[in-house]
Amino acid sequence: MIASLRAELLRLRKWPVTWVITGVWLTLNVFFGYLLDYLSYRDAAGGGDRRLAGALLAQLSPAQVPSTMVTGLPMFGSALVLILAALATGSGYGWNTWRTVFTQGPGRLSALGGTLLALAVVVVGFTVLTLLTDLAASAIVTAAEGQALTWPGLGELAEGLSGALLIGGTWAAGGALLGILARSPGLSVGLGLVWVLIVENLLRGVASLLGAVEAVTDVLPGTAAGSLAGALGAAGAAEVGGAPGVLTVLSGAQSIALLAAYLVAFVVAAALVMTRRDA
Amino acid sequence: MPEPIVVSDDLTKRYGRHTVVDAVSLTVHRGEIYGFLGPNGAGKTTTLRMLVGLVRPTRGSARVLDGRPGDPSVLRRVGALIEGPGFYPYLSGRDNLRVLARYNRLTDADVEQALDQVDLSARGGDPYKSYSLGMKQRLGVAAALLGEPDLLILDEPTNGLDPSGMADMRDLIRKLAAQGRTVLLSSHLLGEVQQLCDRVGVIADGRLLTESTVAELRGASSLLVRAEPAVRAEQVIAATLGAVDVRRTADGGLEVHAEPDRNPELVRALVAAGVEVREIRTSERTLEEAFFEMTDHASREELAR
Repeated sequence: MIASLRAELLRLRKWPVTWVITGVWLTLNVFFGYLLDYLSYRDAAGGGDRRLAGALLAQLSPAQVPSTMVTGLPMFGSALVLILAALATGSGYGWNTWRTVFTQGPGRLSALGGTLLALAVVVVGFTVLTLLTDLAASAIVTAAEGQALTWPGLGELAEGLSGALLIGGTWAAGGALLGILARSPGLSVGLGLVWVLIVENLLRGVASLLGAVEAVTDVLPGTAAGSLAGALGAAGAAEVGGAPGVLTVLSGAQSIALLAAYLVAFVVAAALVMTRRDA
Repeated sequence: MPEPIVVSDDLTKRYGRHTVVDAVSLTVHRGEIYGFLGPNGAGKTTTLRMLVGLVRPTRGSARVLDGRPGDPSVLRRVGALIEGPGFYPYLSGRDNLRVLARYNRLTDADVEQALDQVDLSARGGDPYKSYSLGMKQRLGVAAALLGEPDLLILDEPTNGLDPSGMADMRDLIRKLAAQGRTVLLSSHLLGEVQQLCDRVGVIADGRLLTESTVAELRGASSLLVRAEPAVRAEQVIAATLGAVDVRRTADGGLEVHAEPDRNPELVRALVAAGVEVREIRTSERTLEEAFFEMTDHASREELAR
């Protein structure tokens, strides 16, 4: 498995897609998490709305980084991680590289394990870079506004990081499974995006009208990811500095349990399909 | 007889109602170049895919290097190029091999050695997507050579190559066989198999029609004699060679089923008997003729069923 991990890390490190997706996420994170909120703050401060300006500035403080870093994850971050993972596994069918790897003798489980572990390493890097970017952006805003720097506690940082890793890891596993099921990068990315950005939101829209749909919607992976972000203090779309996808449907513990269950289910399903299906 | 290192028994693959490979039992011996010959769609690639564990047989079994096809310990001793090369287009040829080498804990020196064997060292740093078809095929063979395998399984290795590329690939395969490796290659090119292979398995419509040496497949050679008068020539041939099969051909010649090395003896006898010898040459059935004879026969049997 370690040999497969080293092989997959080499090819993911040299894959432009890895860096493009990471760059897009960091840009979106700074743009929606800091730049837009900062411009709104300047606007509110200039217009004399002190209450709104104060709330926005507080949201931009380094102390809020643990919640800010997960705010964009349930929707945009999840979609980007899913795209990366679906491309990582699905393109192996388009380029026939799975076949080449399987004939080299690492064993299918080992090859898949290497890919999933390499994606996990990418998700860790993705999350750590998000944390560092957010800390830097919030420090710059706070310093520019002459405010005292208040850093988040280590416990809160650990909670934010763990939550982000769980959300990112679950969607990465989901993307990897989609790529394997669809045997195609294009189809898997398309299906994944439709699910994350459209289907779950549509179901959530009609859930209040139909009890049965609500019961199903409450246990979907997007609901769990959004609820975990909400439990970590991220603001929902209706709140100041909030983002779509952040929910308060499930408790933190329920969200963690559900995401962990999905993560395991996605990995097991990917392993079963990979080992049992003709290549 | 060298030991068999690939043995399949009743290997069958069905997709739904369609039988792609039908009870194929073949044997490849250590050190030989075995040609798996058949037209496109005959079941060659599916058979090879079963031999490397990419596809599970519906029925039957196979042993490769005394192990189960697809078993990691077996695959580490097998180099395979199945259905053309499959590599990451954004990586260089060298980095593609480095990725594959890492799967088996091989070193960069192993990668350089494989590139060197296929004459790709100089272009190893170029992106794979910039390679010509011939270079891609050679990189595929280089990947198959990683780890110094005992057995090479090459599926249509000259597919899509120009004549010069095909000749280069044939030279490479001969070189690899000369190094002591066993080569199992599939091809639909009869000339290629005739030039390269020691033994041949002929497959059509998923069924293995025959398995033998190229010489056996082509059958015994004969002598073609044109001489006047033909009746006298026939008598001399019978007196000189004994009870051999002599047939009149449509254009008035004589087809003599005798070994080619009797040719000088026969010429001397005919001339001494006053027969005017206009032509005498060895006539050999080509692999192509043998192949079409077999596949036509198989088609007729199929139709009769």
